Amino acid sequence: MVHGEIWTIKELFVYPNEYIYWSIQIVMYPFMTGLVAGAFVLSSLYHVFGIKELKDIAKFALVFSFALLFAAPLPLMLHLLQPQRGLYVFFTPHFTSAIAAFGIVFFTYSAIVASELWFVYRKHFVETAKRLKQKQDRTFGEAAQYIVFTVLTLGAYDIGEKALHADEKAVKILAGVGIPVAAFLHGYAGFIFGSVKANALWMTPLMPVIFIMSAIVSGIALCMFTYIVTMEIRKLLASRRSASYRGYESREQIKGVEVNVIQMTSRYLLLFLVFAISLELLDLVFRGYTAVKSWDVLRSVIYGRDFLDIFVLQYGVGNLLPLILFLWPRMTVRRAVIGVVLVLFGVFMMRWNVVIGGQSFSLTFSGYMDYHLPIMPTNWETYREGLAGALTIMAIPYALFLIFLRIFPVFSEARQK
Amino acid sequence: MITRRDFLRYVVIGAAGTALPLTLTGWKGARAAASKNGPRWVFLLDTYKCVGCGLCVKACKIENEIPFEANVSRTWVERYVVTKDGKVYADSPHAARDGFSDYAVSLGDKGSRIIPPSDIDKAFFVPKLCNQCENPPCVQVCPVGATYQAGDGVVLVDRKWCIGCGYCIMACPYGVRFFHPVHHVAEKCNFCYHRITKGLKPACELACPFGARHIGDINDPVDPVTRIIMSERVSILKEEYGTKPRNYYVGLSREVR
Repeated sequence: MVHGEIWTIKELFVYPNEYIYWSIQIVMYPFMTGLVAGAFVLSSLYHVFGIKELKDIAKFALVFSFALLFAAPLPLMLHLLQPQRGLYVFFTPHFTSAIAAFGIVFFTYSAIVASELWFVYRKHFVETAKRLKQKQDRTFGEAAQYIVFTVLTLGAYDIGEKALHADEKAVKILAGVGIPVAAFLHGYAGFIFGSVKANALWMTPLMPVIFIMSAIVSGIALCMFTYIVTMEIRKLLASRRSASYRGYESREQIKGVEVNVIQMTSRYLLLFLVFAISLELLDLVFRGYTAVKSWDVLRSVIYGRDFLDIFVLQYGVGNLLPLILFLWPRMTVRRAVIGVVLVLFGVFMMRWNVVIGGQSFSLTFSGYMDYHLPIMPTNWETYREGLAGALTIMAIPYALFLIFLRIFPVFSEARQK
Repeated sequence: MITRRDFLRYVVIGAAGTALPLTLTGWKGARAAASKNGPRWVFLLDTYKCVGCGLCVKACKIENEIPFEANVSRTWVERYVVTKDGKVYADSPHAARDGFSDYAVSLGDKGSRIIPPSDIDKAFFVPKLCNQCENPPCVQVCPVGATYQAGDGVVLVDRKWCIGCGYCIMACPYGVRFFHPVHHVAEKCNFCYHRITKGLKPACELACPFGARHIGDINDPVDPVTRIIMSERVSILKEEYGTKPRNYYVGLSREVR
């Protein structure tokens, strides 16, 4: 069977070689990089602009962004028909291609996030390494930990006041440089689509900007969601282990911090959400008004075949509903959770409607293609380009985050208070 | 003793110093390939002569080892049926591999439709193949340079270097590209490059019993194909994309997509 034939249903006049070649993993790719960029921007709001209310979530967002970063290129790898040749993109980059820049942008960005993390947590690395060094009878786990943290210090043991001050300065610079690079990382994912002149739905210079805005929205939403979940778990632990969990936090204390952070963060979420919706609507209005050759088929897709996906699921459930939820006075944690989950769903649907929607009409402008997502994996192909592959990609950053929590104490700040 | 700072500095300078000359030689090589001497292959397709027998598609599939049963093809034939009420029906079932022996027009996976001959205003066939564009978007978007334009204008795919990302397939406005069902890399018509570089005709041209398809060298002023292109009224497909296609059609109708 030809690649793409399993999940493509053709209708009316479609060229013989046309199939939905870019499927769920290409939906996942901008979704994941969007989360990376968004999480980083959220952390930078504190580090660069000194928005103190975001201090608690900023550290968390930075570590989470790092975990997401490793998962971001995986959808691309899973999508390749020759994944073993994926590294050729770095060996022989063909720079007229938007994808060729991926290696450079991705590694630059990774380096920035990694070094920012190092400066933020350097004090912790040094302290842990020193503490373990002094310990007489180390267990096997502690010995391993000692090696890891000694390596992580990179030989820089100076944690005097002057050195720490320099660290802070470095963090600020890196976070500042990181914002445009994060925007570029994701804007360029938008460029990959926006520059395909053969695709009438994708080709618009607005695409990179729309992608950046929705990326920040989704990144903030995911950070809020994960933050709330971890806080709830800690609350649960706190109430279980009597009033004082590890001697300093009560259930009410955690809750107070949580609501405050959520309220602050949701304001930034709203701001970027409004930007994203405005740009998307501008694009839609412009297409209808100019009504070039492709508009007839685009209109039949947007207002007809994909109406449910675009107007009900993306704009209605994914944008309008959370907008109301967040604007409603007296924010509660429960409402915030519903809101951010809907926002994440909305951004995912936006990626879906761009990637799949862009391939749901033929290059002939007089035929259609329907995408049927493979649910049950029956072979490697239906696994990697199906629901199971997408869920794997979504789970990876959480697994990584759990590992990273052992190296970067995200929640220690609250404990030290 | 070498300090850490110095060590890092030497590593960066060393890496940059080795990478730069390598990159430069690569660019130089690419420039040299695009020579202006020698042939520039083009195709001439006469839609008046095409009867939709599909022998070109059959010959192409055999010559270029595209599995016969696979629903992809390097070349195909489209049928257009324009009815008296102005509706346009078009199809190319199995890329017209078996020709058009049925009056019913295929509607894809949604069945077919029989159009009574009395309702038809005009009907015709259009053969399609890669346009070997002067400005190929597929070459532009390939992230690893696995697809490239040869000096004679033909766009080729390196099966050993293609990573199978599908970006070129997305970038082609003519839908000529697909993934090879056996090799799992991007695949397309290359005017039977293995034949034309040996002075032979492409398989589809030889198989066509009606002379609807002809390869030619636009740089050769006495080539009969060149003379037709230069002296008669010919048109190209989807000019608006700026790809500068090099397949010329005689008798192209406005309904053709």
